[in-house]
Amino acid sequence: MNFDNYDPGDFYDELFLAKSQPRPDAVLLVERINSLTMEELMQRQKAAQQALFKLGATFNVYSDNQGTERILPFDIIPRIVSAADWRWLEQGLKQRIHALNLFLTDIYNEQKILKDGVIPENVISSSKGFLHPCLGLQPPKGIWCHISGIDLVRDRDGQWYVLEDNMRCPSGISYVLENRRVMKSTFPMVFNQMSILPVDDYPGQLLETLLNVAPSGLPDPTVAVLTPGMYNSAYFEHSFLAQQMGVELVEGRDLVVADGYLQMRTTKGLKRVDVLYRRIDDDFLDPLAFRPDSMLGIPGLMEVYKNGRLALANAPGTGVADDKVIYAYVPKMVKYYLGEDQIIPNVPTYLCWEEHDQKYVLENLDKLVVKAANESGGYGMLVGPHATPEQREDFAHRITANPRNYIAQPTLCLSRVPTLIDGAFEGCHVDLRPYILYGKDIYVSPGGFTRVALRRGSLVVNSSQGGGGKDTWVIAEGAQQ
Amino acid sequence: MLSRVADSIYWLNRYVERAENVARFVDVNINLLLDSPIAAQQWEPLVYTTGDQHFFQQHYGEPTADNVIQFLTFDRTYPNSIISCVTAARENARSVREIISSEMWEQINDFYFMVKDASQGPHLSALSDFFAKVKLASHLFAGVMDSTMSHNEGWHFGHIGRMLERADKTARILDVKYFILLPSVKDVGTPLDELQWIALLKSTSGYEMYRKCQHRITPQGIASFLILDREFPRSIQSCLIHAERSLHRITGGTPGIWRNPVERALGKLRAELDYITIEEINQQGLHEFLDQLEISLNDIGTKMFELFFALEPLR
Repeated sequence: MNFDNYDPGDFYDELFLAKSQPRPDAVLLVERINSLTMEELMQRQKAAQQALFKLGATFNVYSDNQGTERILPFDIIPRIVSAADWRWLEQGLKQRIHALNLFLTDIYNEQKILKDGVIPENVISSSKGFLHPCLGLQPPKGIWCHISGIDLVRDRDGQWYVLEDNMRCPSGISYVLENRRVMKSTFPMVFNQMSILPVDDYPGQLLETLLNVAPSGLPDPTVAVLTPGMYNSAYFEHSFLAQQMGVELVEGRDLVVADGYLQMRTTKGLKRVDVLYRRIDDDFLDPLAFRPDSMLGIPGLMEVYKNGRLALANAPGTGVADDKVIYAYVPKMVKYYLGEDQIIPNVPTYLCWEEHDQKYVLENLDKLVVKAANESGGYGMLVGPHATPEQREDFAHRITANPRNYIAQPTLCLSRVPTLIDGAFEGCHVDLRPYILYGKDIYVSPGGFTRVALRRGSLVVNSSQGGGGKDTWVIAEGAQQ
Repeated sequence: MLSRVADSIYWLNRYVERAENVARFVDVNINLLLDSPIAAQQWEPLVYTTGDQHFFQQHYGEPTADNVIQFLTFDRTYPNSIISCVTAARENARSVREIISSEMWEQINDFYFMVKDASQGPHLSALSDFFAKVKLASHLFAGVMDSTMSHNEGWHFGHIGRMLERADKTARILDVKYFILLPSVKDVGTPLDELQWIALLKSTSGYEMYRKCQHRITPQGIASFLILDREFPRSIQSCLIHAERSLHRITGGTPGIWRNPVERALGKLRAELDYITIEEINQQGLHEFLDQLEISLNDIGTKMFELFFALEPLR
């Protein structure tokens, strides 16, 4: 039996309560896996990976010129989220997005939260993601963050935390959809017997979210996805989403501002674009408004946007909410704007620009995780307990040199899921990124992308750092397992 | 549709067709040599077919079998080798994945990995099988495109690309073979000669179809078949008829009336072949005629670019 030797150990395991004792929602899955030989399992794993490769769900490896493509390593053992957990998470995510959206409206307009002293003014003005050209901006229907991804983790005791917010261009949803497609052919019987919430309506929901903000009065607005191009590591996703929604996929060179509108070059002349789901960063959108050296952007785009002749998703300026220092103030935002207590807690966060916190951080570098406030992808990060004295020394210098740019958090012991490695099951640490759409209502796609750290003992799940992916199964409410 | 997208679908199809034709050239030559005395083995004509003899001389020197096969098949630095064509086709396909069908993408992806794997395998002995696979992969792609993608604007751009490429390659192979096979009138009619002519037909998959309508193998009959036949799908005229039909589906134009430079150039060339006879072609000289035809085809390609694409293509 495959799982006989699997020991969840002193960790929170998403599938097992203890050795040989699966969680109630995982019983069927574990039985099914135990009924297969290890050879069969490994064959299915291989078949699943080949299917993903064939679909072209690949990203480019920049470092070599051979045009090598890899799929994100995919593990066929899913992560299961119980109905009760999901009900709570969904509520908490909606609350968080609601508050962050109000925060974005506020800081680019009246700045009440600063005037009331809830967030110090210099925290905002020193944030890289805070864009002065966006001051006074009123996006259509007051929505800034149409598409967000919020990273969640679970500690040793099973407590969920929000680890970070991604309000610029969160990627990964295409893996969720493609992984599910592959998993259905890997374990069809399990899908038959369990009530797992489907994820397939995401493209439809995304299209509605985008159409919701189209300039009014247009019978058939044109929606387009803006990609940096096929050499971008997330190109597969851009093209996949455009295809699934049946909308145009455009690059900067396809677009031009003419007659006061954003237009694309077609074989029959210029054609208006009304809603742009842009997958390039704020800085590169419009060289006239932001970085003058941007080759990707479209000169004059911001002017069209401000005149209400174009909707952008997400609105420019949302990047300020990704700042890890501003993250630390989200509980206060929730209280300030909604008068509620935050449902899903933040990880306790030390702000290095505050003298008291900095002192604590420097004294406890061996216990803490230090992160640069504006980096993503697992870069600019120190995992204290796993670092060498030299690395800690290096970070201590960086912190004192630029305290505003660093935060620190206790090292959480991320929950684990059994993962097939070299013909045996090993517990690997995971996080979870659910995707949230802000349209007429706030919609949370069931589950999200479970990233798994495939290096033994590693806590870093980012794909650029040896991470992989798993399917995430949310159990339907009231299902009889 | 987006100009960039139309351009990519057009080139996707051109590159697939180009890879197929290179495979045809090489395959037929290998087969032909099996029937020839060692001394008469020629690989040089293949280099001439490509029109890139300068590149070849620079990088390879002697036109030995190994050199020519490597050059035409697996040389990534030569832009018209099979592997370069298939790579470029795939890059173009990747940039329009959301427009073409998933089946088309999967087919071109399989095609690429088949060629890539073969390029790492052992040489020559396994190759005949390989060229058959390249032809089949190209046919599969065309078939999959035909039956899974709506015959919309994008499909017609792709179809034009394939037809123009095919017309060009048929013209080239006929030109080179004629030049090699008939350096002087006294060579006509020897037994080796007939084998060579049959090989020429086979490289266009035209041998059987030719036999059905012309029976006897004559140089003039073959030239007429490959240039003027209206029904054989690899003849130049047939390609032009199909390309023009697709062009009018895109522009909404009517045959016989032109409203833009592409309609005019393509319509003019097609009409010329409608009314010319093989005797007239021989009078001006086959080589001169084909040379002019290739220039006209290039010109149509340039005008396509100016009218519809006019954006940097992905190559």
